[in-house]
Amino acid sequence: MAQLTFREAIARGVAQEMRRDESVVFLGEDVGAAGGVFKGTVGLFEEFGPVRVRDTPISEQAILGAAMGAAMTGLRPIAEIMFADFFAVCWDIVANEIAKSRYMTNGQVTFPLVIRSGNGGGLRFGAQHSQSVENWAMMIPGLKVVVPSNATDVIGLMAASIRDDDPVIFLEAKALYASKMDVPDGEIVDTLGSAKVLRNGTDATVVALGAMVPKALAAAEELANAGIECTVVDVRSLVPLDTTTILREVSATGRLFTVEENPRLCGWGGELASIVSEEAFYDLDGPIVRITTPHIPLPAADALEDMAIPSVERIVSTVTKSMNS
Amino acid sequence: MSGTKVASPVVDLTDQISLYRCQLELRKFEERAYDLFLENFVKGTSHLSIGQEAIAAGFAAAMRPTDWTFATYRGHAHTLARGVPMTPVFAELMGRTNGLMAGKGGSMHLTSVDHGVMGSYAIIGAHLPIACGAAWSAQYRKTDQVAVCFFGDGSVNIGAFHEALNFAAVWKLPVVFVCENNLWMEYTRTSEVTAVAHPAADRASAYGLESILIDGNDADAVFDVATSAIARARAGDGPSLIEALTYRHGGHSRADPGKYRPDAEVAEWMAKDPVPRYRLRLLELGVSEDELIAIENDVIAEVDRATEEAKAGGIPGEDLLMKDVWADGSGSWRN
Ligand SMILES: Cc1ncc(C[n+]2csc(CCOP(=O)(O)OP(=O)(O)O)c2C)c(N)n1
Repeated sequence: MAQLTFREAIARGVAQEMRRDESVVFLGEDVGAAGGVFKGTVGLFEEFGPVRVRDTPISEQAILGAAMGAAMTGLRPIAEIMFADFFAVCWDIVANEIAKSRYMTNGQVTFPLVIRSGNGGGLRFGAQHSQSVENWAMMIPGLKVVVPSNATDVIGLMAASIRDDDPVIFLEAKALYASKMDVPDGEIVDTLGSAKVLRNGTDATVVALGAMVPKALAAAEELANAGIECTVVDVRSLVPLDTTTILREVSATGRLFTVEENPRLCGWGGELASIVSEEAFYDLDGPIVRITTPHIPLPAADALEDMAIPSVERIVSTVTKSMNS
Repeated sequence: MSGTKVASPVVDLTDQISLYRCQLELRKFEERAYDLFLENFVKGTSHLSIGQEAIAAGFAAAMRPTDWTFATYRGHAHTLARGVPMTPVFAELMGRTNGLMAGKGGSMHLTSVDHGVMGSYAIIGAHLPIACGAAWSAQYRKTDQVAVCFFGDGSVNIGAFHEALNFAAVWKLPVVFVCENNLWMEYTRTSEVTAVAHPAADRASAYGLESILIDGNDADAVFDVATSAIARARAGDGPSLIEALTYRHGGHSRADPGKYRPDAEVAEWMAKDPVPRYRLRLLELGVSEDELIAIENDVIAEVDRATEEAKAGGIPGEDLLMKDVWADGSGSWRN
């Protein structure tokens, strides 16, 4: 057991896989000797050297194109897109090329690659460095989308993503980079497409993702003090989606609340609401309620950003109000 | 022609006869593909390489079977030139189960990994960075493979071109970029929207590369430059950027009669048609008229046979629809 930050867990997960598999290589801007702008790759360059951990120009299309071409010819690249907002300048490679080429070629090629990126708000960086883009990625057939919420999961899900033969968009909540926890020693390998029940309750099921998970847990604590017992589910992976666990937990309590950092429209919670109403409608005891960032670009000022992103207080008040109405 | 010295062709007569045959196959295939549109056997869109065959043939002849081709939506010729049989390509155009990708890709996405054809890409510029990635993989794994990436003159004004060129140069990647300058984008002349006269050759210096401009309608010249650029890449000396001047005889795609082009320009380029030009060269080199006619009859018979085989293919069923989204063969996103 060692205390590890979320950011240290990234380097540990990547290093774990680079040690066991020569075909795993890493590329991105400032990822080498500099250790990454979020310090997510500290130590990799020193351990694996400049051939396996390679700095690139500021060329996001080249970074992801290179990852794709390498993946289809025998490597398992991990590419870093510094801020998830920057996906917008290389989305062609992600959405049109990486996601579709296996299908279009009738399975002639595979893309065992991971694109990791700093996602979401909380750091007062303003609208172009704070977006939560999980819903962009989720809507493209052919992409797996993984969003860990704690350091242990970072390692295990990173390992699973690297070993997976499909392209994985690995979104790291920037707001969690400094968070710490005790992490077991030794190899950690998790499973994609498995949600985790973090807390059991009888009254309502709160489903959350990434940076919203610790908030949902804190809210559940407060709600319990007020007599509302919540189950909290960490989705962890949007694609593949563990609907079995989610449907089971929603059916058990009869209520679903989603906590989403992405802006309202087309957030993952909308898809969950649709699945639950189609497949567990008669188990519901009340409306499905989505708690999201409003449909706005994120403001920079701390006071405004705090109002926009779902907070513990907002989760508590929304759940309380809905459960009592 | 500016830039590199073009040494005398290193091909011998047997190779030249093969080069002629290859160009003829590409020509006859594309002509048949056009007929098949008119007969409504081929749906959707398609972009023919008629007039540009010397580039595909010359490069393919200079590549090893293990080298990689990255093509655009105008990719029938590049696919066939690498040795992919005609039948699955016709069948792919017709949306049949015996198609190269069982009908899931279509004319613009021809891919045959077994032949080193790593895809045809329909978003302008996208495949230049992807070719860099394959080249990086070859460099990392020390496999001696080279990626050859073909694109049009209109593609040099998109960001991916510039990102890929710089990236390939700084990483010294074994990749050869080939701009097939056919003077036109879709319906606009490239020179009207491009800041330099030679869209690729004039940009080479920006990436520390030699400016190379060749006659893309001369298969021997293409073979020659391809051989040296590929050798350079294989030797670890980094990428090359080649601009090959050529012309498409028809419109941009099947819907386009190409009327925007001045008659005199079309006439000038028809006179430089690479296929009859190469035929004449072979005659001058002593190949007999009879031998050439035999090749021509053979190619036409091959096209006829492949057309019928393709037409005999099945119509894809639902089993293919959800298949191979993911590496495990499935199309499932949930449990
Ligand atoms: C990013 C992008 N923009 C526009 C198009 C539409 N488009 C398809 S082909 C083409 C012209 C390309 O011309 P060029 O690069 O010279 O290639 P050619 O067709 O002559 O082989 C255009 C504009 C596209 N496919 N992708």
